[in-house]
Amino acid sequence: MDPAFLAVQALSGLSSASSLFITACGLTIVFGVTRIVNFAHGSLYMIGAYTAATLVPQLLELSFGPVTFWAGILASAIIVGLIGVIIEVLLLRRIYGAPELFQLLATFGIVLVVQDLVVQVFGPQDILGPRAPGLRAPVEILGRRFPSYELVLIAAGPIVLGLVWLLLRKTRFGVLVRAATQDRDMVASLGVNQALLFTGTLFLGAFLAGLGGALQIPRVSANTGMDLSIIAEAFVVTVVGGMGSVPGAFLAALVIGQLQAFGILIFPKSTLVVVFLLMAVVLAIRPHGFFGRAEIIGGSHAVGIASRSPLPGRGFILLVVIGILAAFPLAADAYLLKVATEILIFALFAFSLQLLIGVGGVVSFGHAAFFGLGAYGAALGVKWYGVSMEAALPLGLALAALGAGLVGAFVVRLSGIYLAMMTLAAAQILYAVAFQWVEVTGGDNGIVGVWPSSWASGPIPYYLLTAALTVVTVLLLKRIIEAPFGYALRAARDSEARAEAIGLKVRQHRWLAFMIAGAAAGLAGGLYAFSRGSVDPSLLGISTSVDALTMLLLGGIQTVMGPLVGAAALHGLRDWIMPLTSLWRLLLGLSIIAMVLIFPRGLVGTVRDWWGARA
Amino acid sequence: MTLLTVDDLHKSFGGVMAARDVTFTVASGEMLAVIGPNGAGKSTVFNMVGGQLTPDRGKVLLDGQDITRASPQKRFRRGVGRTFQVAQTFLSMSAAENVQMALISCNRQSNGLWAPARDRHRDKAVELLSRVGMEEAADTPCSALAYGDVKRVELAIALAGQPKLLLMDEPTAGMAPRERATLMDLTASIAESQGIGVLFTEHDMDVVFGHAARVLVLLRGQIIASGTPDEVRRDEQVKRAYLGDEHALERPKGMTPA
Repeated sequence: MDPAFLAVQALSGLSSASSLFITACGLTIVFGVTRIVNFAHGSLYMIGAYTAATLVPQLLELSFGPVTFWAGILASAIIVGLIGVIIEVLLLRRIYGAPELFQLLATFGIVLVVQDLVVQVFGPQDILGPRAPGLRAPVEILGRRFPSYELVLIAAGPIVLGLVWLLLRKTRFGVLVRAATQDRDMVASLGVNQALLFTGTLFLGAFLAGLGGALQIPRVSANTGMDLSIIAEAFVVTVVGGMGSVPGAFLAALVIGQLQAFGILIFPKSTLVVVFLLMAVVLAIRPHGFFGRAEIIGGSHAVGIASRSPLPGRGFILLVVIGILAAFPLAADAYLLKVATEILIFALFAFSLQLLIGVGGVVSFGHAAFFGLGAYGAALGVKWYGVSMEAALPLGLALAALGAGLVGAFVVRLSGIYLAMMTLAAAQILYAVAFQWVEVTGGDNGIVGVWPSSWASGPIPYYLLTAALTVVTVLLLKRIIEAPFGYALRAARDSEARAEAIGLKVRQHRWLAFMIAGAAAGLAGGLYAFSRGSVDPSLLGISTSVDALTMLLLGGIQTVMGPLVGAAALHGLRDWIMPLTSLWRLLLGLSIIAMVLIFPRGLVGTVRDWWGARA
Repeated sequence: MTLLTVDDLHKSFGGVMAARDVTFTVASGEMLAVIGPNGAGKSTVFNMVGGQLTPDRGKVLLDGQDITRASPQKRFRRGVGRTFQVAQTFLSMSAAENVQMALISCNRQSNGLWAPARDRHRDKAVELLSRVGMEEAADTPCSALAYGDVKRVELAIALAGQPKLLLMDEPTAGMAPRERATLMDLTASIAESQGIGVLFTEHDMDVVFGHAARVLVLLRGQIIASGTPDEVRRDEQVKRAYLGDEHALERPKGMTPA
């Protein structure tokens, strides 16, 4: 192969490694000190890019020159740093002690809020920033032209690493950051002003995210999709490097940059898959990344279902619910039936996640993977093998169970945040496959023409089919939760050491739970495919996973029936409010944050507590 | 008869020899205490017997069977029950359900997907709870129990597996002095009546000299003395190891050895 081509490819790999490191470095420092995985880090990066792309041209009009350009980049990063401070003071400060799941969801709420705010402030169109003065001409490398700005970026990574190293080694603030990364409680008991330390850390982290974003403006235009694409990569870098480790992040960014640069040659369309596979392999060998340490997870982090005596008259309640569900078509029009069908499907989806999170304490952040596998399994069966709905639904279910078995085999040996990140990665891999394997999956357009068999088509029959399958599956899952298997999962969640000491095979149980939950989610996905007549990659996306988590949170993680109520509430609200406003994501984001802060027990949990207090 | 044989155990972490040439036996119905200053290797030895650590060298035999490399789960099936320094119970379940869970596992029913767990082995669980004096609290969630009671529930859980050997890591840590003696008297009487061998580590010398039939003293990973409480108390090496804390080895006041 042409050496000049290889050299240029390696250099561009280095420059993307630099950009990635600068951003991921902020994420890993923030995690080290606060133990919060900040989903909003990608949003800060995006704000940095938008701010710089707007600010720098205006500054350049005042006085044109390299100094102005770099001052503008720095100013943008500082602005983002201040936004980070605001986020810390208003939100993060209140959730340091909350379970991981709540922290992840709250920071994802910020992502949603920022997405709408960015459009409001900067407008919906992409903004291309100016090229850097003095760095417009490309340089020749072995006879090939290479953008000189990329060379500056390559240098920027090690420079930032050096400065951060100096900051952490030579200043009092740095000593405190390192101390807090090792033992937060000890630092607190030594009388360090924690509030100031955490705020300062958030400033540093957000500043680095903003810098990473601002540095991109001569290369790519600022756009609204930047946040989620960079956060996925930054997560991989921090996880592979070991959460909280700056040198680890640097090393991981280098590896991933080169993997992306040369992965293109091997798998032209699937660099994302290569990157996430790297993460899967690294975590399989080193469950805490290159330089990470085992997280000590206190018992307080396990929130979930507790034993309670069975409700009196529950058989009667069940009959009433079935009766209402069966009679609903008599009272509803086609539109309402469609909404009700979707609510039932999402209720089943959320309920399947409850088996993992509420019962097993296994915080899966990629449950959309199995929903999507079920949907695609059914749709592919219809499209490529011409099977009927009756065969396609079990096919989707089986594919999802198989996928869950595979993912589960990898993740059951992980815990806490690494597990959440690994499940997220698994979902992202599948998303990338669905998106990039156009010949089979139809790529972005997905697969259309997935219609139910004639006996089940039409709103009323399909509604009844969905209701029947959902009720039966939920009852089966509930039975499993009450059975020894469900208790064994809870036992492992409450105390892994005790569970092992009484002979429970914790990993094996969790693995089976993954497959059962995956199968149920796959059934929901298949039903969803036939209800809409089509599938597309968004079914596998982060936002589908977050939908399920939001439903759990809204209904209440401590309750068995919470997810069902949560699904109805979220989907109903979305259907009602979305047509009325263009700021749906802002509203949803704020509601998620409000729920974490005010109603951490969810709707059903809050009502139950209120009922219990009254009685 | 000899229940547990620990033969020539070695374990090092990096350059630190946490245990070397550790050899001892526990007989059925016997209570053996392992003591030593902080960092002496008590927990290391304990975790090698419990299955949380694998030794670099040496053997652990239970009833003559080699369990050196067996997982904690396998040891449970062979008859090892244990309690933890910080009591480990299932806080989301009632006291009875905690014991039921152990009984379910003992009967290999933990993969059961149908009949509710709540109804299984309930009577046996309450019977075990009554043995530790906790039958009144059978339906109380473990999260609502006082710590001393949680420790007793933990003992009932450990007994549910019908252990031949009971491992207790600092069984009385975090308890009030009066509760400590009660718990250890209870343990001693159960151990004696059922022929269970008990291996425990302890910092409270009242508990050690009041309840152990034999005492093993560890220092820097090695056994420096072993014998009856009186022999150990008179040992010069032991006195030196506890220098500056000599009154720790005095005969407990107002207590007769069990």
